[in-house]
Amino acid sequence: MTDITNTPTTDYDAQLGDYFALLKPRVMSLVVFTALVGLLAAPVSVNPVVGFSAILFIAIGGGASGALNMWWDADIDQVMRRTRNRPIPAGRVQPGEAMVLGVALSGLSVMMLGLATNLLAAGMLLFTILFYAVFYTMWLKRLTPQNIVIGGAAGAFPPVIGWVAATGSFSVEAWLMFALIFMWTPPHFWALALFMRSDYDDAKVPMLTVTHGRPATRLHILVYTALLAALAIGTAFTAIGGIFYFAVALVLNAAFLLGAWRIWKRDEVMAEGDDYAEERKFFRLSLAYLFLHFGAILGEAALRAFGLGGW
Amino acid sequence: MSIRPEHELHQRRRGRNVGVGLMLAAFVVLVMALTYVKITQTDFELPPNQREVTQ
Repeated sequence: MTDITNTPTTDYDAQLGDYFALLKPRVMSLVVFTALVGLLAAPVSVNPVVGFSAILFIAIGGGASGALNMWWDADIDQVMRRTRNRPIPAGRVQPGEAMVLGVALSGLSVMMLGLATNLLAAGMLLFTILFYAVFYTMWLKRLTPQNIVIGGAAGAFPPVIGWVAATGSFSVEAWLMFALIFMWTPPHFWALALFMRSDYDDAKVPMLTVTHGRPATRLHILVYTALLAALAIGTAFTAIGGIFYFAVALVLNAAFLLGAWRIWKRDEVMAEGDDYAEERKFFRLSLAYLFLHFGAILGEAALRAFGLGGW
Repeated sequence: MSIRPEHELHQRRRGRNVGVGLMLAAFVVLVMALTYVKITQTDFELPPNQREVTQ
């Protein structure tokens, strides 16, 4: 006879919070916010229950790809200071559990998004999960210094999925929101790679700082920031932009360009002298930059509802 | 060995089990709400093979 007392027990039982941590809640907050903006900026009204479900399942899909990323990258996470406390390298969750959770939530989120909204949105979510978990995590990340540039597309899809969930079709405005995140991702992560110093070297991840050196990374940050600024300000003159968005974009991009310029003008001796203060400041600003741009797009959508906004 | 009604494992995993239970309950409520919204939308149509039965 078997009973529960025969079940082997370990010292630590994974708690709900550990499984939640596998879903990368911080990344999920970005996914939720940008998908919500995509959904609300679309020129159609969405039933609140359908809209809530769409955002929830997009978030769960994003979280699932995060769990699959943590399962595959457990060896890298163990080496890097920034990630060694994640549930798998810390021993709180078994790798197999993360894989099962990721696959199960991927299937659930794609199926439910399809039922709640439309098949195109569900297909986009499936594509995004595969892009991040397979194309980026399993292949690009360990192969090329362009990992962040191309992999950044995965994080840029949520507003497009939100838009498609609302409208059932693609449009230029949705792809502009995609481009905004796509161009923002490289300078954001390269600034992080600069001040995390040896983390990526130790983990043998071919980040630009490792393959092309730090001066080249500083130059890349400046070039990408300049291109991003042109795109972000140009978006003001499209259907999702307006005077309010233009004012916000102007201030944010001036500050972002200034930060990138300062990073480019520095060398490693100067950076180590103040413990990478400029790089850290730029990284923090980059977080506010993205949230405020999408906040401004949302603001324009809200203004349009009252007959205001636009030009 | 007798079966004890409450094993120490049950207590350790109570928080986790209650959490999973609440999430499943919320999921059921959400699916019900979605179903209600879908079938009350004006463009809702039954599949062709089910129309004759209800008419």
